[in-house]
Amino acid sequence: MIDINTLIGPYPYRHVPHPTPEALVRVIDREQLSGAWVGHLPSAFHRDPTAGNTELYDAVAPYGAKLAPIPTIRPDWPGWDRRLSEARSRGAPAIRAYPPQWGMGPADSSIRSLVVAAGEIGMAVLLTVRFEDVRQRHGLDVAGDLPAATVRGLARAGDSVRLVVTAAGREFIEEVHWGLTAEEQARVFWDISWIWGPPEDHLAKLFRTMGADRFVFGTQWPLRLAQAPRANLDLLPDDVRGLALADVTRICAAACAQ
Amino acid sequence: MADGRAATRENTPRGDGAPLIDVHVHFLHADAGRSDWEAVNAARRRAATRIGITYHVASVLGSYGHTSPTYFPSPEDVVRGNDAMLAMCAADARIRMYATVNPNYTSHALQEIERCAAQGAIGVKLLASRRADDRLLDPVADLAAERGLVVLHHIWQHRRREWPSQEISDGADLARLAGRHPRAVFILAHIGGGGDYLHTFPAIADFPNMYADVSGSGVDRGMLDAAVAAIGPSRLLWGTDLTMETGLAKLRALDTIGLRPVDVEGIRWRNAVGIFRAGSFPRVPLA
Repeated sequence: MIDINTLIGPYPYRHVPHPTPEALVRVIDREQLSGAWVGHLPSAFHRDPTAGNTELYDAVAPYGAKLAPIPTIRPDWPGWDRRLSEARSRGAPAIRAYPPQWGMGPADSSIRSLVVAAGEIGMAVLLTVRFEDVRQRHGLDVAGDLPAATVRGLARAGDSVRLVVTAAGREFIEEVHWGLTAEEQARVFWDISWIWGPPEDHLAKLFRTMGADRFVFGTQWPLRLAQAPRANLDLLPDDVRGLALADVTRICAAACAQ
Repeated sequence: MADGRAATRENTPRGDGAPLIDVHVHFLHADAGRSDWEAVNAARRRAATRIGITYHVASVLGSYGHTSPTYFPSPEDVVRGNDAMLAMCAADARIRMYATVNPNYTSHALQEIERCAAQGAIGVKLLASRRADDRLLDPVADLAAERGLVVLHHIWQHRRREWPSQEISDGADLARLAGRHPRAVFILAHIGGGGDYLHTFPAIADFPNMYADVSGSGVDRGMLDAAVAAIGPSRLLWGTDLTMETGLAKLRALDTIGLRPVDVEGIRWRNAVGIFRAGSFPRVPLA
């Protein structure tokens, strides 16, 4: 099983213990995972993510068997299409984009162009609903959560689109999922890093109503404990326990086949 | 890096049968305004069995907003909730209870504490009905100390403004109450329950009668480490509150942050045995 939601590098608003690829590989081994998709955390907050992507490619290169780079592509930045091609050529199965941090609302055309272009070359786009609970954020952290309307809009942008939405809770997921056609729903995958388990059993309810194959394993390490989503799976009721999550190689068919 | 099935680890987090006390539990009841209340309680019991929880120290928060606000329960809802909790304790030997009270109704609160303690309550649950350092809480803290009852106080980590539907308190607020009542024992609720826990730890560090439970949906990396560094493992208690999977995650994380086994044991159960009155947990060894 692959953790599709990991990051390396420091977080601007609080200290995070050893957010390094070396530590991540140890965590992957400890948690009995086969690998991880890795983003560059500071790049979410940089105006130009290019330098951060270079750092990311270099940092994960020694761990290519386990870590796949997920670079950040900002679609209103000159040359973004070349950065996307570079990501593809470097073997990235997906890219990351951060509309709230870049001031892009649900109707932004550049982010639509990005998800369509990525999809056409077989790459998924990872979106992040939040990095931290809203109740603890730094005073300067005013970007806000990713709106569900943004995800709905992007899911409708084209047949090739593949989205992996991370750090969403039950209400957000349901608002998007049931606001899409069946074809559009099939373009969206959800990581389980922020979905509640028992006693409210949100994860179980989502598995029953949407199917476990709409979900992928993600932790949001190093911001959150890597043990959390596994614990959630372990505590599922018997009727949905052990169901197969989505196969990430299906999400990014062309790029993952490299 | 081909993907695989959602393989799960089987059953308990540490299959050694070691005791585990959950100091922050809520159960629903018939007057909580939810038709699925029994299913939610059953889900908690199912998960508790899988985790391997030995004891639940639980409270009912009035009517959970059905007939009075969750954090400002009416006296009538307080009694109904506590009655439901007493019934659960009578029916299940693994359940212990906090008597929930609203200190705005001081005499009623004191009567309710006495009534529930006489029937086996081992603690007092304070919500967010009144700021923790308000003098109105003094008689409640006095009585808790006198009866050997532990006070679990709902907390917002770092209160920077007012939030709707509750009169929130933070670690500094509760520390002022704890400072006035050194004989009483306080549990600061859910360091993962929202707000800035990094503010909480230094706020309570100098108050040895304050403990912190690790419950809450928050599973930030570094939170447990920071708590241990600031207040030490002997003042941390394991708990779940509304999300049991995060409780299990934190339980597993205790094994990865460099704690000694004796410290992990303390957080799992021994610290709780040490602060609740003797005989509260007969199925676990004496502290």
